[in-house]
Amino acid sequence: MTTREIAGKTVEVNEEGFMTDPSQWDKEIAVELAKEEGIPELTPAHWKIIEFCRQSAAKTGAAPTLRNITIGAGVSTKELFALFPKGPAKKVARISGLGKPEGCV
Amino acid sequence: MKTFLILGAGTGGTMVANKMAQHLDPREWRIIIVDRDENHYYQPGFLFIPFGIYSTADVIKPKRNFLPPQVEVIFSDIELIEPDENRVRLVKGERVIHYDYLVIATGAHLKPEETPGLVDGGWYKNIFDFYTLEGASALSRAFKFWKGGRMVVNVVEMPIKCPVAPLEFLFLADWFFHERGIRDKVDITFATPLPGAFTKPRASSILGNILAEKNIHLEPEFNIMEVDNDKQVIRSYDEREIEYDLLVTIPTNMGADVIGRSGMGDELQFVPVNKHTLQSNQWENVWVIGDASNAPASKAGSVAHFMLDVLVENILRHMEGLEPQPKFDGHANCFIESGFEKGILIDFNYEVEPLPGKFPLPGFGPFSLLKESAVNHWGKMMFRWIYWNMLLKGEEMPFESQMTMAGKWA
Repeated sequence: MTTREIAGKTVEVNEEGFMTDPSQWDKEIAVELAKEEGIPELTPAHWKIIEFCRQSAAKTGAAPTLRNITIGAGVSTKELFALFPKGPAKKVARISGLGKPEGCV
Repeated sequence: MKTFLILGAGTGGTMVANKMAQHLDPREWRIIIVDRDENHYYQPGFLFIPFGIYSTADVIKPKRNFLPPQVEVIFSDIELIEPDENRVRLVKGERVIHYDYLVIATGAHLKPEETPGLVDGGWYKNIFDFYTLEGASALSRAFKFWKGGRMVVNVVEMPIKCPVAPLEFLFLADWFFHERGIRDKVDITFATPLPGAFTKPRASSILGNILAEKNIHLEPEFNIMEVDNDKQVIRSYDEREIEYDLLVTIPTNMGADVIGRSGMGDELQFVPVNKHTLQSNQWENVWVIGDASNAPASKAGSVAHFMLDVLVENILRHMEGLEPQPKFDGHANCFIESGFEKGILIDFNYEVEPLPGKFPLPGFGPFSLLKESAVNHWGKMMFRWIYWNMLLKGEEMPFESQMTMAGKWA
């Protein structure tokens, strides 16, 4: 477990760069993490997904899987890949300050 | 008379039946196990069938042979589970079973129809799976006369049963085509939704190097959207295309349909459980073993085996009115067949990723971890005997359920 500075705040991260304490997250951190994931600007469509993931994780204690997101946030898989290219579930989890989705075993 | 009901007589269900038969007093309890199929399949053996190493006879035996005589065995499909009523409805004879305890061991199943185009055109002609006996046998016939071309191995989505099997398939294919003298005519690509060869970072990097050494092209973060049978390409959600002559797919894995029908599953029909106690999150007399649960451990027989002691102990504790103990640590242990009579062994759990080092096994080991060796290959080959003769019967094995750090280089 290490700490790093994002958007002027010090947060805890694991070796894969996922934040380990969701309560340390805020929207400015999300903007910076999104840039690191190759997403220059977070649009309302991005925020809708991020907010769904934050709420889902608060309820279940784990970052949602790709299927959780498409079913729960009412977005098609194709749209989700357009918003968060390559590995959307993993990317959105990292940007949302959540752990790696547990589907990745 | 109380009823202990087990749904599914695969690896997990069979082990539970054997263990519970040792513990429950037959004057108080009847144990019933239900499965749709009279045959027990040694699923790890399917991998070897396409390459002619195993035949059908090596991987099938009657289920009844592995269950103790005092267990009532019913071969039937399950219509519905009604956990609020402690009741299960069977298809055969419309029989209704009322239970006191229920163990769900209904496994994970392939759903190729989840991917558009996968079963529409080339299914079992130039598109195959190897996770079913039918698929593995069909692929074996196709390989016999194949003259080479582009072979693409694609994992549709995670989680899948035995997440190392696609890698083993690739390693064995490389060896098989070498032996047949056509390796130079075969182009092998591995398209996976994962960022690398495997799920965990250190193993992923070591296994990725082995793929490169064997001249197997890795296409990471490939999330398949559809199969285009006319153009013979698979297309990802981000519009990448990979051409194939022969497509070997690892389709979407889901829990049994009866779990979905009964409203007991998550979006993939896996039953939500406490990942350390294996008790259902919703019904306290419902317990889940093996692939059927949503526990974020590998879906594999070794994991079901490591779950067994924790599950049985927790059920017995629950019968005495005690709290279950959170002892399951996600322990998995996999022999990875790497071709040319060598193998790799990995050992890991929820917290600790596969690490290099030595795996101590009293009376036989040590095995090398995360490194190719001939001993690991023979360990894998020997395992089929252990599976049929010891593991299913729930006999003592020479290692603990919980992972140990002994011998590992952290």
